[in-house]
Amino acid sequence: MSKQKEAVTELEKRKKGKFRWTRDDTELTLLGLPATIWFAVFAYLPMFGLIIAFKDFKLQTGKGFLASLFASDWAGFKNFTFFLSNNTFGVLLRNTLLYNLVFIVLNLVIPVTLAIVINQLFSKLASKCYQTLMFFPYFMSWVVVSYFVYAFLSPDGGLANLIIEAFGGEAVMWYSAPKFWPFILVLMSTWKGMGYNMVVYLASITGIDTSLYEAAILDGATKWQQARYITIPTIRPMIIMMFILNIGHIFYSDFGLFYQVTQHLPQPLNDVASTFDTYIFLALQTGNSKIGQTAAAGLFQSVCCCITVLITNFIVSKIDPDSAII
Amino acid sequence: MATMSEKRAAKREEKRIEREEAEAGFRLNQIKPATNAIFNVMFAILSFICVFPFFFVLMISISSEQSLRTNGYALIPSEFSLSAYEFLWNERGMILQSLLVSVGVTVLGTIIGVVLTTTMGYVLSRPQFKLRGFLQWVVFIPMIFTGGMVANYVVIANLLHMDDTIWCLVLPLAVSSWNVTISKTFFRQTIPDSIIESAKIDGATQLTIFARIVVPISKPVFATVALFLTFGYWNDWLQAALYINKDSLIGLQPLLNRMMGQLDYLANNPTAGLSLQQYRAQMPSESVRMAIATVIVIPIACAYPFFQKYFISGLTVGAVKG
Repeated sequence: MSKQKEAVTELEKRKKGKFRWTRDDTELTLLGLPATIWFAVFAYLPMFGLIIAFKDFKLQTGKGFLASLFASDWAGFKNFTFFLSNNTFGVLLRNTLLYNLVFIVLNLVIPVTLAIVINQLFSKLASKCYQTLMFFPYFMSWVVVSYFVYAFLSPDGGLANLIIEAFGGEAVMWYSAPKFWPFILVLMSTWKGMGYNMVVYLASITGIDTSLYEAAILDGATKWQQARYITIPTIRPMIIMMFILNIGHIFYSDFGLFYQVTQHLPQPLNDVASTFDTYIFLALQTGNSKIGQTAAAGLFQSVCCCITVLITNFIVSKIDPDSAII
Repeated sequence: MATMSEKRAAKREEKRIEREEAEAGFRLNQIKPATNAIFNVMFAILSFICVFPFFFVLMISISSEQSLRTNGYALIPSEFSLSAYEFLWNERGMILQSLLVSVGVTVLGTIIGVVLTTTMGYVLSRPQFKLRGFLQWVVFIPMIFTGGMVANYVVIANLLHMDDTIWCLVLPLAVSSWNVTISKTFFRQTIPDSIIESAKIDGATQLTIFARIVVPISKPVFATVALFLTFGYWNDWLQAALYINKDSLIGLQPLLNRMMGQLDYLANNPTAGLSLQQYRAQMPSESVRMAIATVIVIPIACAYPFFQKYFISGLTVGAVKG
């Protein structure tokens, strides 16, 4: 209460015309300056750099990059129409969106369920133990995970093929068999994020007031009803926040997952595992010649994401104003 | 005196009853022992799945090349051998160089990142600051709109010419809007305005206040931000894949990444004029790759159980709208 009052008087003071620039403001500006410069260079300059998407960029001999950029002809939306009418565009869009939808649903349902269940275990020590072990994959980079996967799927000597052969089946060349990859990618994504997400939700579940549950028991609520009517509604803001954040990345993909786990995306897996990010990365690797088109792809991705997150937040704020993040 | 001890006894009694009641309530709300057992088994299996691949890779790294050729990757190798680690030791020039780059980038990046992030967080947490609204937008906009990989590449490689220097590994990852928000929320919630006001009256500058007052009482948020950054830098391979060509700047993760790439290259170009034998001989042997993976994982595996809680606190602090 008193804090609120303080805030109110503070606000009044400011309203009464204390707009004069003080020494304090100068000092704070200086203190924030390094990070502001960082944001200007590494976050806003690239936005300006997106101008290249509207240019027919050619590196001119004897000129620097910047000079060439300004000397290049404007291309209008040519780069975009090229990218959007490209055959691969449909595949990229489908893969990126579908995988992300599956990831969002699974990374919500599984961890929340596990968090509710692990909270019921008798032994707190065992629960801590499971949490620590399940947290482990989160700290691995995708490069390392790709080696883990390779140990299972290696065409000669991988564990999966050894097991298949032991049962009399025929060895599978995993890295050139597209039909398995949707499952493998979903499995790996779930494997990596499960423990972390579970612990995050668990942190908000353990914060719930136990008297709510006591009251529920007196009313004869079953475990299922307690979860349905107490636990889930209480952690809803957390769930919605994670949801909005994930939706905001729906046009991005976990690049490492699609590029590293597939062993640098071999040709046969292109159809099932290429996403916008892998397309852009591979295009960048081939050099500067088509950089305008690549930048157009990147800008398309950024704009779509921005629109999705704003729309999602708008819808959420209509349904449940407290849970919106903006 | 008697009344004192009586009071104490009464209090103890009260506490005992309270505890018993709480336990009774807990017991009342407990799941059945059978269900508990099933849940325990389920979590044991899940935990096993989460760490098993690492043990598998460890086992492969200590298998002899011969047993890998004949039996494939076995859980318990038929023949143990430390030849992979011997090989790494013989190649220690390269490995140590990579290790040095990884450690150097991680330490440098974490220090720069923590300084930039927390100063910005502190500045944004000061309610009277005139530019606060403006800077808040500066930090917020990159959360929903970014230039993306291409634009970053253009700026860093073509405009700033940072490619093939250590700075392209360090600087782009130093600050994130998310970390700034976490530290801002933390400072807002835990630093009483009165302390800062009184320091100001004593004539302290904001830099002094930040360094002498805010830093010592905000250790948890420093730990959280530092850990996010440390793991981010240690696990990063993408920056190197994009910007680094020089061998002397290849860290451990990019090294591992390249070893996979080498296999790729050879497998996709059978015309490279090599017989299968030569190809096999040239390729870094399986156990060596797995040994490098192990070398990368072990420091993390040893360290993370101690730091786990800071990750969680980071996320829950950031979750509070500020």
